[in-house]
Amino acid sequence: MIETLLQNLDTLLLLLFGLCALAGAALMIVLRQPMRVAMALISTMVFLGGIYGLLGVHFIAAFQVLIYVGAVMVFMVYVIMLLEVRESTGGLYSKLLLPGLAGFVLLVGAIGISIWRSLPASEDAAVLAGDTAFGISTFSIEFLNDYWLHFELTSVLLVAAVVAALAVIRVSRRRQHG
Amino acid sequence: MDKTQLLLGLAVALFALGLLGVIVRRNVLVMLMCMELMLNGVNLSLVTFAQQTGAIAGAVLVFLIFVVATAEIALAIPIVLLLVRDKRTLNLDAYSDLKG
Repeated sequence: MIETLLQNLDTLLLLLFGLCALAGAALMIVLRQPMRVAMALISTMVFLGGIYGLLGVHFIAAFQVLIYVGAVMVFMVYVIMLLEVRESTGGLYSKLLLPGLAGFVLLVGAIGISIWRSLPASEDAAVLAGDTAFGISTFSIEFLNDYWLHFELTSVLLVAAVVAALAVIRVSRRRQHG
Repeated sequence: MDKTQLLLGLAVALFALGLLGVIVRRNVLVMLMCMELMLNGVNLSLVTFAQQTGAIAGAVLVFLIFVVATAEIALAIPIVLLLVRDKRTLNLDAYSDLKG
C-alpha cells in the first residue's frame, strides 16, 4: 500500500504542482492589481520549478527560481511599486476580449487534440523519461564544448541590452532638461 | 494519460493563457508579465522534450530563453517607465496616438 503510494507520489506531486501552476496562470488573467498579478506569476514560476525538480533536471529548477523569481520578478515588483499608478476606473479587459477568448479556445483545442492523438500513451515513454535525466556535469561539458558560440552570443545580447537601456534612460534625461 | 502528455498539455495551457492575457488585458505591466508566462510555457515544453529524448540541446535552449527573457525585461521596463512618465497611466488605450 505504502509502496504503491510512494511509486505514484511523483505523479501525484506532478499533478498537484501542475494544477497549482495552472491556477496561478488563470489568476493572472482575472486579477486587477498588477502586484497581485505579479504574485500569481511568481507562484506559477515556483511551481514550475518544482515540476523541473520532479523531472530530475535540478539545475534548471534552480535557475528557474534564481533567474526568473530572483531577478526578473523582483525587478517587476520593484517597478510596480515605483510607478504606483492607481487605476480603479475603466474596465479590466480591452475590446478584444471575445476574439481573444475565441482564439484561446481554438489554440488550446487544436494543440490539445493533436497532443492527445500523436503521442503514444505507452509505458515505454515513461520509463525512458526516467532514464534520460542528465546532471549538471553532463550538461555543462556539452554546453561549453558544443554550444560555446551561442554562449558568447548571449553575452553579446546582454551587452546590447545594457547599452539599449542606457540609451533609453539618456533620451528621457535629455527630454527632461530640454 | 501519461506524464509527457500531461506536461505538454500544461505547457500549451500556460502559453495560451499568456497569449490570452497579452490580447485581452489593458495594463502594460500585466501584458509584460503575461509574455513571461508564455516563455515559461515554452520552457516547460522544451524541458519535457529534452527529458523524453535525452537531448542536451533542449536544456541549452532553455538557458538561452532565460537570457532572452532577462534582456527583454531589462529593455521593456525603461520604455514603460518613459511612457508612464509622459501620461501617468498604464492603460494601453491611452497610447493609441503612437500609431503611425
